[in-house]
Amino acid sequence: MSEPILQIRDFNVLFETHDHEVHAVKNLNFDIGEGECVGIVGESGSGKSQLFLGALGLLTSNGRATGSVKYRGKELLGLPQRALNKVRGSKITMIFQDPLTALTPHMTIGAQMMEALRTHQHVPHAEAHKRCLEILDLVRMPEAQNRMGQYPHELSGGMRQRIMIAMATVCGPDLLIADEPTTALDVTVQAQILEIMRDLKKELKTAIVLISHDMGVIAGMADKVQVMRLGEVVESGSTDKVFYAPEHDYTKALLDAMPRIDRPMRAGHAILQPLSTIGAEQRLLDVEDLKVYFPIKTGGFLVSRTKPLRAVDGVSFSLRQGETLGIVGESGCGKSTLARAVMKLIDKTDGAVVWCGRDLGDLQGPQVRALRKEFQIVFQDPLASLDPRMTIGQSIAEPLVSLHPEMSRAEVQDEVRAMMKRVGLEPGWINRYPHEFSGGQNQRVGIARAMILKPKLIVCDEAVSALDVSIQSQIVDLILNLQAEFGMSMIFISHDLSVVRQVAHRVMVLYLGRIVELADRNSIYEDPRHPYTRALIAAVPVPDPKAERGKNHTSGLGELPSPLDSRAQLSFLKSRMIDNPDAEQYRPKLMEIAPGHYVAEHDPA
Amino acid sequence: MSAPGVTDRNTITIERAFDIEGRSLWTDARRRLVKNKAALTSIIVLSIIALMAIAVPFVWPYGYADIDYGNIACAPDWWPGVDVTCRAGGYHIFGMDQNGRDLFIRVLYGARVSLAVGVVATLVSLLIGVTYGAVAGFVGGRLDELMMRFVDVLYSLPFIFFVIILMVVFNQNFFLLFVAIGAVEWLTMARIVRGQTLSIKQKEFIEAARAAGVGTFANIRHHVIPNVLGPVVVYVTLTIPTVILAESFLSFLGLGVQDPLTSWGVLIADGKDHMETAPWMLIFPALFMAVTLFCFNFIGDGLRDALDPKDR
Repeated sequence: MSEPILQIRDFNVLFETHDHEVHAVKNLNFDIGEGECVGIVGESGSGKSQLFLGALGLLTSNGRATGSVKYRGKELLGLPQRALNKVRGSKITMIFQDPLTALTPHMTIGAQMMEALRTHQHVPHAEAHKRCLEILDLVRMPEAQNRMGQYPHELSGGMRQRIMIAMATVCGPDLLIADEPTTALDVTVQAQILEIMRDLKKELKTAIVLISHDMGVIAGMADKVQVMRLGEVVESGSTDKVFYAPEHDYTKALLDAMPRIDRPMRAGHAILQPLSTIGAEQRLLDVEDLKVYFPIKTGGFLVSRTKPLRAVDGVSFSLRQGETLGIVGESGCGKSTLARAVMKLIDKTDGAVVWCGRDLGDLQGPQVRALRKEFQIVFQDPLASLDPRMTIGQSIAEPLVSLHPEMSRAEVQDEVRAMMKRVGLEPGWINRYPHEFSGGQNQRVGIARAMILKPKLIVCDEAVSALDVSIQSQIVDLILNLQAEFGMSMIFISHDLSVVRQVAHRVMVLYLGRIVELADRNSIYEDPRHPYTRALIAAVPVPDPKAERGKNHTSGLGELPSPLDSRAQLSFLKSRMIDNPDAEQYRPKLMEIAPGHYVAEHDPA
Repeated sequence: MSAPGVTDRNTITIERAFDIEGRSLWTDARRRLVKNKAALTSIIVLSIIALMAIAVPFVWPYGYADIDYGNIACAPDWWPGVDVTCRAGGYHIFGMDQNGRDLFIRVLYGARVSLAVGVVATLVSLLIGVTYGAVAGFVGGRLDELMMRFVDVLYSLPFIFFVIILMVVFNQNFFLLFVAIGAVEWLTMARIVRGQTLSIKQKEFIEAARAAGVGTFANIRHHVIPNVLGPVVVYVTLTIPTVILAESFLSFLGLGVQDPLTSWGVLIADGKDHMETAPWMLIFPALFMAVTLFCFNFIGDGLRDALDPKDR
């Protein structure tokens, strides 16, 4: 390798806080050459983002960077703002996780892109416009001409991320730093964005630094990998070496913690109890043709006109005792709404929910509250789901206090302590507050709160999605162990198909409020029939570089259409579609193609 | 593990001794507030004024209504001006007013009235405003619409006319002052609380509480109100000075407290009539009032920083 583009030596980042100094990056060395892709893996707090923010002089005011950062032999550290700006945004560019906050809301896409081009290269307006269109084509932006006049909020997350990449590449940079570029996106969109980045690397010879917590994403993209932990690089080397022959224990642990869609049962992890050993054939829950519509205002003066948004549109399933049903689908497919309607946290529009032979449809206030003893929910964001003004003990005790008012204070305390112990929390922490804990610990609190009543059904709504992989695998193990011990049923909602494969007996795939496929986990992952299920599964990155390289990454799936458009549900059955967004459409029926394996009607591929 | 409460009871009792006391958000806020020098000084100054207003009248040799005809509008002994008509002597450290009453004790009585009106009227507005706003925001829908339109209607009543009519109809009554001022101040409080409630209602922990079987009103009491209290406390410290000002404004117009009882507003009104011949009659009450208002505003500012350090 010739002269590296970016060379970082003895690099440190320090933050001054109220209590003490935080050493975020410690004595770090880093090189990236022409056209290379280096992956940086690490969990939250590993300093992987601060490394490059520090190198480009973008630290917050209480941070400082020391060491040496050389771009093509020129020292960047300590350079004045103006000189730094010549490099930044032109030769070295960054894209961030959240494409909405990184775009200016009141400027059109075109204006923002051209601004970058014109400040750095002083090209005339007409030419800038042409260049922008070319770049938008390169990132496969449909209807590029029209997009130039649109504002960021008019675009979906995936589209915005394309715009970010387009903006970052419009000046022809040597180095693109992508900080968790696909973390906020759905898997199919993630696959498209990664594909675009791969093309950029090939066609423009741009070097890419890919920062991610997801080993799967890194495996498919990077030539070299650095694993970071607590501000230090614990292992670095070629991708194959790090993945197939990891040396450091942390790398091994990280690889082991990754849920694998291709390997559901792994040694050293809790294993889902097979249904046959649970033995219960009793049906706990029957959901028949459940519909939840939200009225959406579509204009109108004084008397507002509304159109129903079909969040859940005719879903039926049943759940046996001790069984786990996984619900997967992309954001906006109605999976959370479905679970909340089953739990009577929101009102259904139509259909029936039958719990232990009793229709829940007509239950009112106090009866619904009594029902809460039997099903509980664990939320996605552990910190947001706990009241910041309450101690964790009070939070865990809440269901007991409100549903068992006869229990004395001491009894409640004892129960809480015992449950805290069971979920792996120190009982002595009972008087502490959520902000004193990490995400994983807070999620244990959330689980303890859900488990304290020993409910028959637990809904996990993306319960592990916001956690780091190593914590995620601990929480998944905890959930599986609790299920083995208490025998509750579960509805496990996740966008992460790999996790669902590990925890669910049966898996249901939702697309815009309707089931497209429902089967036991092995059939659905090994023999998916519906094109949407296939695309979803193919889009999941696997932490296996060779498998990733061999994959055909073009999924053929476009953006998720608007659920307000009645044609949307027929994306896979175009032959029956009436081409009018307001027309009453045909609903694809579920067919049982094998015992227990249901697939929605679709056009043959 | 079917009855963990029983099996583990002994170990649990032992463990209890090692419980770690958590740092609540309030503890953190208090720590930050104490670090803020301006706020801390304000709290101390304000406490001194309040303590003086409460305690000094019991020991002071002069009453607030005692008239000394020989010393009408006399300057305190230490007054630096040379062209004063007379000097009061004795303990009249702030001099005498136009009726020959000791100004120091009258300023302290004024402090009693002004602070009492400020605190009580604010508490009234707090109680009504928080309940009203939290219910409107949490229940939402048509009820919210109805309750907030009612607030809008009250807002559009001209405050001064409202008070004047009250005073005329019910004669001049000290308690009416509280009612009149409280009746106006809670409106803003209700709006603030409703806005905060609407945003808190979206938080997951509210849904978590509902899933845990907590009823609507318990939810408001345990989850909504404690979480809106931060902005509310800030607003309270900023309402008290507003109320004190409103009271002094009414008293200045002759609609508030009646002689011989007094308030800072009355004292300032009297003082302005004798501004040229007896400037101390204006300076002392005005100084006390200004310092008090200043302190409240500093505390309000400090509280805001302490409760929400990210928003600085």
